[in-house]
Amino acid sequence: MTMANEAQAAPTQKKQKRRLHPILLAGLIIMTVVVLIGIFAPMWFSESANVQSNDRRMPISADHPLGTDEFGRDLFSRALVATRLTLLLTVAASAISVVIGVTIGTLVWFMPPRVRQLIVGANSVAVAFPNLVIALIIAAILGPGAWTAAFAVGIASVPAFVRLTVNMSSPIMARDYVTTAHLLRVSKYKLIGRHVLPNMAEPLLILTASNFAVTLVELSGLSFIGLGVQSPDYDYGLLLSDALTMIYAQPTQVIGPAVMIVLAGLGAMLIGDGLAASSNPRTRGQRRAMRTGTLRPAPAAANEQAKEQEAAREAAEDPEDEIDVRVRDLRVTAANGTELVKGIDFDVRRREIVGLVGESGSGKSLTAMTLCGLTPEGVTATAGTLVAAGHNMLEPVSSRELAQDIALVYQDPMSTFNPALKLNTQLTEVARTHLGMRPSRARRKLIERFEQLKITSPEHRIGQHPHELSGGMLQRAMIASSLLAEAKLIVADEPTTALDVTVQAEVLRQFVSATQELDASVLFISHDLGVVEALCDRVLVMYRGEIVEELTAEQLGSRRVEHPYTRKLLDAAEYVEAL
Amino acid sequence: MVEKLQGLKGSPWLYFLSQKLLELIVAFVVLVAITFLIVLLIPGDPARVIAGPDASQEHIEFTRQRLDLDLPVWQQFWNYLSGIFTGDLGQSFRTNEEVWNIVAIRLPFTVTIALGAIVVAFIGAIILGMTVAGLTRGNRNRWLDVTFSWASATLQAFPTYVYGAILVAIFAVALGWLPAGGASNVQSYILPIAALSFGAVFSVARIVRRETANVLEMDYMRTARGWRISRLKQYVKYALPNLMASTLTLSGLIFANMIGGAVVIESVFAWPGLGNGVVGAILDRDYPVIRGIILTIGVFAIMTNTMIDIVLAAFDPRTLTAGKAFS
Amino acid sequence: MKQQSPLQLFVEDLDVTFGSGSTATHALKKLSLSLHHGESLGLVGESGSGKSTLAKVLTGIYGFDSGRAVVAGHELTPGRRKPLKDRRALQMIPQDPYSSLSPRRTAGQTIAEALDPKGADTKKHRATVIEWLERVELPPESADKYPYEFSGGQRQRIAIARALCINPKIIIADEITSALDLSVQAEVLDLLGQLRRELELTMIFISHNLAVVRHVSDRVAVLFHGELMEEGDAEAVFRNPQAEYTRQLLNSVPGRPGFNLRPDRAAA
Repeated sequence: MTMANEAQAAPTQKKQKRRLHPILLAGLIIMTVVVLIGIFAPMWFSESANVQSNDRRMPISADHPLGTDEFGRDLFSRALVATRLTLLLTVAASAISVVIGVTIGTLVWFMPPRVRQLIVGANSVAVAFPNLVIALIIAAILGPGAWTAAFAVGIASVPAFVRLTVNMSSPIMARDYVTTAHLLRVSKYKLIGRHVLPNMAEPLLILTASNFAVTLVELSGLSFIGLGVQSPDYDYGLLLSDALTMIYAQPTQVIGPAVMIVLAGLGAMLIGDGLAASSNPRTRGQRRAMRTGTLRPAPAAANEQAKEQEAAREAAEDPEDEIDVRVRDLRVTAANGTELVKGIDFDVRRREIVGLVGESGSGKSLTAMTLCGLTPEGVTATAGTLVAAGHNMLEPVSSRELAQDIALVYQDPMSTFNPALKLNTQLTEVARTHLGMRPSRARRKLIERFEQLKITSPEHRIGQHPHELSGGMLQRAMIASSLLAEAKLIVADEPTTALDVTVQAEVLRQFVSATQELDASVLFISHDLGVVEALCDRVLVMYRGEIVEELTAEQLGSRRVEHPYTRKLLDAAEYVEAL
Repeated sequence: MVEKLQGLKGSPWLYFLSQKLLELIVAFVVLVAITFLIVLLIPGDPARVIAGPDASQEHIEFTRQRLDLDLPVWQQFWNYLSGIFTGDLGQSFRTNEEVWNIVAIRLPFTVTIALGAIVVAFIGAIILGMTVAGLTRGNRNRWLDVTFSWASATLQAFPTYVYGAILVAIFAVALGWLPAGGASNVQSYILPIAALSFGAVFSVARIVRRETANVLEMDYMRTARGWRISRLKQYVKYALPNLMASTLTLSGLIFANMIGGAVVIESVFAWPGLGNGVVGAILDRDYPVIRGIILTIGVFAIMTNTMIDIVLAAFDPRTLTAGKAFS
Repeated sequence: MKQQSPLQLFVEDLDVTFGSGSTATHALKKLSLSLHHGESLGLVGESGSGKSTLAKVLTGIYGFDSGRAVVAGHELTPGRRKPLKDRRALQMIPQDPYSSLSPRRTAGQTIAEALDPKGADTKKHRATVIEWLERVELPPESADKYPYEFSGGQRQRIAIARALCINPKIIIADEITSALDLSVQAEVLDLLGQLRRELELTMIFISHNLAVVRHVSDRVAVLFHGELMEEGDAEAVFRNPQAEYTRQLLNSVPGRPGFNLRPDRAAA
């Protein structure tokens, strides 16, 4: 959700100019070399490779870079000449698996749902069988042989390709643009050609490249065990098997075919990896290395810095404990150098509820996370002063203190909980790890807090997994856990945005009473002016990384705002939410 | 069928396991049918092909009888099926040994190296993949990132039998530390398992590394960071369970194919397992043995697959209720 | 006057159930609604209210168990899960701006496909495509741009153009602004309201927000757990809700008079 919003904020970001990814480049070079060997080696080296001579079992020498075998044939030439047959068989086998697999995997969408389920179900049974076992079955039926082996290995990979094609196309089939095209009576045939195949072309290409490597290994494997290419023909696998029988007499015989198999497989694999890496926008843009996720003091002039440190100390040692949060000159910078938060200042006093309002991309979440010492990956932060819950965040603070004093409530309850663990395990983590509570006591305490937040049958709930509870329930549970640790500062990042309005009102009410009972101060991040107005003592309006206006709840309530952006936001809220 | 099973709503595990059992039965039936068809699908007259090009008419007829090929197809299938359930898989053409005996003697050798290698590969990959992911998170240690990408891509490109040949050349021929083949003692298990698992460690580690990187970006990991628990605990307690499910799903195929890899690796080490048995049998056209061994390897593969599914469900409770998207 | 215009959509005692046995959920319970030509109906409810289910039944993505549904003169049969043959009967604007456009097709190709599902020829339909882009206030050169070059609000404009360009008898807009920023929402709603007046659209506008609906609808229907709670003139329901649930819904909207979070402030 947040990612989507971020992207929305930067719509004009141009597609990176495509340079060949180094991995892809390496793969292409290796593959080109192997293919050239496959084309030219049989023309130039077949005599030394195939004609027997009296130079038997020669060691490595200038004439014979890898020596000769027991019939006096040059091992180097043999390894090169074997390339053509190996490549031809591999191409044939890959073509069989890709063409048949993708055809079946796409055709299932033209069938009635029940037939489709049947095919996909049968296919998942087939996928469970190792490829080599399927290949063995076919070899057993048709007898050993080079082209039988290619056919066998090709067929053996079909189920995997069917599954991958179905798995890749099914989320696309559920996309809104497919539904709409369907409604527009675009024929299914056109629909697949226009929408489904183009959108899965890239992963399919990547898979085809990796499949080529796998096929090569399997085919050579069949030859290696004697079920593939038969003498006097030879491919890498057969050469390797010959070499192994001679391993004590002439261990160097292994080198030629081993190097060639690895080289050809590596080439295909790297092409696949390189394609994957260049289609992934995350890896595409990152060329310059930069350490992110850090927070440092602002590089200010010496005396100014001293002054700011003074302010931090003042706040931290504030006798009346009045300042809970102090932020001076906080800057957050993205890895590409864009400044996302541009030097903001604000304070939160004890027991105060301060709202931070802004639209997506305004930098409000970044501010909150950085304040808590959780600068996200991908950005770096600097600040003149940064005090949270009375701790100077620019200096090392014990994790026990931070965990106990700062509680966070996040936006999407479905994703902020760990899906694999029970609520009890997660929500008592701070109490057990940092407050030294015994598990049974933490559990009891948590049940009490659940009751306080009116969560029904708490004993049962805490033993459940997150996916078994509703979003509203999960947010209440998260609030309950901050009560457990008796936090001094609660930072809530759009805690009710994902909830239905009727649930939102209820959760917010409980949130307020909980924080008031704790005597905690609150930094409440929201895009919703209505919520902020009803909840907060003071409101900071953030726009493009700057705090453009600071308002009291009363000023906001009576619409006495000055900045045009705040005005615009209010008008929109008026229109959409009828404030 | 699935609708009927939904009646067992009481426990999700009960429903899940019964569904798995059903899948197991279906896969077994398919396997029985395929192994049965091996002989029937031989192009031309199967008896003639099996008896060999130089066989006398008499021998061909004898072969036909021995494989029940003179009976109607349904009768053949019935004999085959009842044979499976009474433990009578016929006798080897070559040695007249009971196929069941051959299988029983060879199976343990294959199971040990295949499962051993899967376990070694999985544990090795988890440790390696998570360590690399942790050290390279958020663009840290770029050199390690690059080194790992290249090294793992190269090392996983080595086929198991190449590893086998290299290991034999080094540890048996050059150093003489370990036996080159056979299964005479405990040491002789080391090289086959190493050869079989070495490449898989890297291909699975790549998956683990990528999945870890994805999991580390999840909101729930941010939540765990917010609790200020040690990095080791974040990784082991909060990231690992989530990673297990996707890793097992994505590497299920790799593990299944390691069973196939065992067949090949047996040939490197002259290992007395099912793989060498079936290869010999195919070359000898010893069809009762082929059927018996392929049936056994198939059952082993299906069982391994089901085990992986069950482990997966234990790590991700959502799979219990949701079931697979397409089954 | 609108009451005299012909009936475009008619739903009576519609029942939809998902699953069976103890896990069954009753998504729509005996729902009856009607929509006249040129009229706009706002369908309001929270998650699980059945509002999206109704849209999916009408578009033929879901089947229904019993009752009647007539869409632009075509009677839907229970259990049927297929869109109508007549593509001009009903079109939909989907919710999620990130899934509503194919990433591999330009805005022009997307609209051309709607105009001509067989050929989707952008050259032939260029003039119409540009006319529609201008209608949704996008510059003509947008025709050659891919979705990633547009913001969420712009994508929704393209989705609107795609749905409207074939002049369908009924439009279903399913939460089309809920994924957008507040200020962008207002713009898109403004545009839709304006198009509705210009083109005399017959429209079902689905939303979880009663206030949003009021800008683009004549009438609203409030759904809760698959049942119709209240139906009536949009402004009237908004100003003076009759059903208890509607009142609760409105009072939960932040900023409304009934919305109160701070007991310490209530006295003031």
